[in-house]
Amino acid sequence: MANPGGQLPAWADIVMLPLINVAMAFIVSGIIIAAIGQNPFEAVRIMILGAFSYDGALGYTLYYTTNFVFTGLAVAVAFHAGLFNIGGEGQAYIGGLGVGLAALALDGSLPFILLLPVTIAAAALFGAGWAFIPGYLQAKRGSHIVITTIMFNFIAAALMVYLMTQVLIRPGQMSPESRVLAEHAWLPFMHEALGWFGIAAARSPLNLSLLWALACCVLVWLLIWHTRLGHEIRTVGSNQTAAVYAGIRPDRTIIVAMCISGGLAGFVGVNEILGVQHRLLLDFSAGYGFTGIAVALMGRNHPVGIVLASLLFGALYQGGAELAFENAAFTPDLIVVIQGLVVLFSGALGFMFRPYLERLFARPVPPALAEA
Amino acid sequence: MDIGESLFLLVLTLDATVRVATPLILAALAGLIVERAGVIDIGLEGKMLGAAFAAATVAAVTGSAWLGLLMALVVSVLLALLHGFACITHKGNQIVSGVAINIMVSGLTALLGVAWFARGGQTPPLSDEARFGAVTLPGAEALADVPLIGAIYSELLSGHNVLVYVAFLTVPFVWWLVYRTRFGLRLRATGENPAAVDTAGISVERMRFLALVCCGILCGLAGAYLSTGHSASFIRDMTAGKGYIALAAMIFGKWRPVPVLLACLLFGFLDAVAVRLQGVALPMVGEVPVQFVQALPYILTVVLLAGFIGQAIAPRASGIPYVKER
Amino acid sequence: MTGGPPPAIELRGINKRFGPVHANKDVSLRVPAGTIHGIVGENGAGKSTLMSILYGFYEADSGEIAIFGETMKIRGSEDAIAAGIGMVHQHFMLVDVFTVLENILLGAEGGALLADGMAAARREITRLEEEYGLQVDPDALVGDLPVGLRQRVEILKALFRGARILILDEPTGVLTPQETDQLFRVLDTLRQQGVTIVLITHKLREIMAITDNVSVMRAGEVVANRPTAETTREELAELMVGRKVLLEVGKRPAQPRRPALEVEHLTVIDEKGLRCVNDVSFTVRSGEIVGIAGVSGNGQSELMEALSGIRSIDSGEIRVNGTRVTPVRPTDAKRMRQASLAHVPEDRHRMGLVMPFEASESTILGYHDDPKYSGMVFMNGRAIVADTAGKMSRFDVRPRNPFLKTANFSGGNQQKIVLAREMERHPDILLVGQPTRGVDIGAIEFIHKRIVEMRDAGCAVLLVSVELDEIMSLSDRILVMFEGGVVGEVAATDADARTLGLMMANIVPDQETAEAGHG
Repeated sequence: MANPGGQLPAWADIVMLPLINVAMAFIVSGIIIAAIGQNPFEAVRIMILGAFSYDGALGYTLYYTTNFVFTGLAVAVAFHAGLFNIGGEGQAYIGGLGVGLAALALDGSLPFILLLPVTIAAAALFGAGWAFIPGYLQAKRGSHIVITTIMFNFIAAALMVYLMTQVLIRPGQMSPESRVLAEHAWLPFMHEALGWFGIAAARSPLNLSLLWALACCVLVWLLIWHTRLGHEIRTVGSNQTAAVYAGIRPDRTIIVAMCISGGLAGFVGVNEILGVQHRLLLDFSAGYGFTGIAVALMGRNHPVGIVLASLLFGALYQGGAELAFENAAFTPDLIVVIQGLVVLFSGALGFMFRPYLERLFARPVPPALAEA
Repeated sequence: MDIGESLFLLVLTLDATVRVATPLILAALAGLIVERAGVIDIGLEGKMLGAAFAAATVAAVTGSAWLGLLMALVVSVLLALLHGFACITHKGNQIVSGVAINIMVSGLTALLGVAWFARGGQTPPLSDEARFGAVTLPGAEALADVPLIGAIYSELLSGHNVLVYVAFLTVPFVWWLVYRTRFGLRLRATGENPAAVDTAGISVERMRFLALVCCGILCGLAGAYLSTGHSASFIRDMTAGKGYIALAAMIFGKWRPVPVLLACLLFGFLDAVAVRLQGVALPMVGEVPVQFVQALPYILTVVLLAGFIGQAIAPRASGIPYVKER
Repeated sequence: MTGGPPPAIELRGINKRFGPVHANKDVSLRVPAGTIHGIVGENGAGKSTLMSILYGFYEADSGEIAIFGETMKIRGSEDAIAAGIGMVHQHFMLVDVFTVLENILLGAEGGALLADGMAAARREITRLEEEYGLQVDPDALVGDLPVGLRQRVEILKALFRGARILILDEPTGVLTPQETDQLFRVLDTLRQQGVTIVLITHKLREIMAITDNVSVMRAGEVVANRPTAETTREELAELMVGRKVLLEVGKRPAQPRRPALEVEHLTVIDEKGLRCVNDVSFTVRSGEIVGIAGVSGNGQSELMEALSGIRSIDSGEIRVNGTRVTPVRPTDAKRMRQASLAHVPEDRHRMGLVMPFEASESTILGYHDDPKYSGMVFMNGRAIVADTAGKMSRFDVRPRNPFLKTANFSGGNQQKIVLAREMERHPDILLVGQPTRGVDIGAIEFIHKRIVEMRDAGCAVLLVSVELDEIMSLSDRILVMFEGGVVGEVAATDADARTLGLMMANIVPDQETAEAGHG
């Protein structure tokens, strides 16, 4: 977020520095793997194979990727407005609730073609609503958005447990789940969709939400860099004084940005509820909201970077699961460690290596020029 | 239910409150000290978790709760120093650094737990010798049968492990440290106006690092309590958001030790009562969902932050890296 | 060098550069012990840098410092304090939520426990209070004290640490005249007790009133040292401003037409509750440049911000082209722009530009909803870039790259981006703040020419600058602001640096004779 105006070629700043940071995260991860007596290179090999090579592996990887794209974009949009939205987890959870409620209410009456936009809108609306309150409190009452969004994650979790155990639970059942949605409400799996065109693909949870995720990338890219609102968001995020000078209202912009951010996080619900689970249940957000922070930091808050980072994390999740299957010493927790290290090196220590790079690229300045 | 019985129930609830509040008190005071120095630390959760794992691991291997505690302190302080390295030395974002530590520790404890003990992330159960056992206060058994007073003394006050008493003693200690010592004066000044500290010839960085060390020690105690006092082993993610509740309690107590203690007790009480309220209809309000009671600390904190019940004013310089100017 | 006691401060050949800026050029200074030494100079003359070096905030690139005859290196505040130097900063270094006593104790606690030092400190403060007449309640919260008393706490703080040299940086800037008088009485007592005082100020009246010697700084150099008794305000004003060759701006006499901007009884109250703009009235006609001269901090910035809709107004009226512009919200910059008022803010880094933005984005700041640049939703990127490229070529912005990050342009080129943006709107009114601050010589000439061209095209220009040269060479009429009010107006043809300098210090010639009569 800080932007020291050092002299570094653009490519070094945009490509090299992030790569060095991510590399650091992986090197430290490798050391940790070695420390528990395993071979890090073997682990990498299994993970790559597990993430891409066998039937359906790619599907799983892309299914995880879909979620990370949504939450990564959510964090990024807030970042551009100068806000740190740690509430992606709760917003994703509540967004899923919106999807579930809309689908449960309407899957008897609406055809898929109408149901789909309604459920997507519900996801956005619920996610945005959950982000609106912290946004409003930040803009109007100065409540620290980091703390409020953290609190809202826990409130969301409590709310969902209440709803699932007391209200939405399928009558006569013990596990806290709603009834299964009518089949026509389901978002088609990718292998089914490809099947329509005669392309055979292995079964996986990957569904058409991937397309929506990619569409969201384009939309966010357009929003941030090509719309008036995006210009306002970035102005407020970079320099609030300049925003006031420009006649932009920071309070309104902050609230709007938070709502967009929350809405994007809410789309995780589309992938999970409509695409995979086909019913409302607990804990489907599964930490995707937190991973979004790592994804956004690593992807430098740009949709292209976010897609690449999501892909990496998707592969890590899937490869990590395979790794755990192959070798009991590796639990999927390895991925969580890597994720934490990525946040550490790409985020908190993001500029640690910058001075070294600058020195590397610095050319001696002729004294005459320095004098001027 | 007669009066005696419900009183006894109350004492039991309060007893549970004390047990639940103990790690909150330690962690909230840890947060208080760093934030008083102007460093936001949302990594309380991670430090506690790391400490809990370290304590349980070492206690399981060596059979000594005290060696476990020592390791808990070492791990927690190292994590605190990592936070300092990122956001004091390199002026990185304090929130990001805290998030990183939380995520990293959550993964690392589980990963190492599986690798070392192969029990699904759990550490081996500790024998009573390797735990912090209950301390029976003098005369507790003799008094146990005296109505009311006996219950209060022998159930509520006596019979906790040593870390519980440490936690409660930490409150006056932190109060004394913050308000009555040179260190405390400088600490508070660092969080309010670091430039004033700098011009008085005191290093702001050094003060902030010292505060982080204190924070690490207290989180270490909290973590050790969780795995070797309250429980008899480490369970993955056993902090379960306690670090964040502590953060909320710190805000709720407005960065002052005694109100922070009260906030921790309140939140602990809510937690203790939530379990007992399940399915019980209260007069006037009817049945209160457990989840609502559980979420109450968070809701109350948001309401407080919104300025609807008093004002929660953080130390002025918290979250801002100190850069010397002019 | 003769015998006698060594001077309290001796600086020899101090040099300090900040990148291309040579803030202190070979500065030498001698301050005899037990005297009050004034340092005067315009903003940016290098006074504060010099004192920061003395107090260990910066280390000089070269040169020597001797305190009471002892050559030493001052690497940090702690070294300065140990050498007996105390500083009262312009922005007080106090903790608002602490008591006076706690503030004084900070860094000089006298033991690990506060209680140890506390009692001793109380006694010492009582002694200092009696000795120097510095009464203040040690248990009061600093945040509750008025500014004058806070300053007193700062002085007590320094004395408590055993300071024998006291540096005061613009100490009267925030004080009322009565508080200033009290401060001077304190300083006088301190001098009698043998404390050496360095007083940094730009207020000549104060120099004359209290100092024994005075040094004048200009552009990083000490240009004169005088015993106060042997100099006059006039001489100091002249030395301060310097006889710089006026930059020649080829301009014909103005042809003012209808009033474009009318300001009546405008009052602005700032965040601290001070009347930073106090009942100001004036008119700017189209086709003229009105300059506002004044030492910075006398309300010029707040006036500009109020006029451009960034700062809320307490009372008064602003009319643009005869129409009253009532602010709908406390701040409404958009509305002012719509009323054909453009604003080149004095601080382009903080306000006028967004440093991480590409040049083309900074070029539309404030005008991003203009149909030329955007439709209902989408911005027209191609049009914006083309427009920026045009502006860059017309205003000779280098490098001519609309995609370059704003931060990567030089100061002069950044300023040209702002000017191009605001001037090419062809506004009826142009507010310009510090148009050439931190801008190289070549660009200055260019910018001045453009401002005059705007005037000739019928724009009403209101110019604020701390550079007197600039005000004099550009303006058709000059208003002088002092402590929030307009204290005088002169036609540019009648203005000279000396008169303006006196007006800026609020020394009105006839008042001067009256004062002399009293003295």
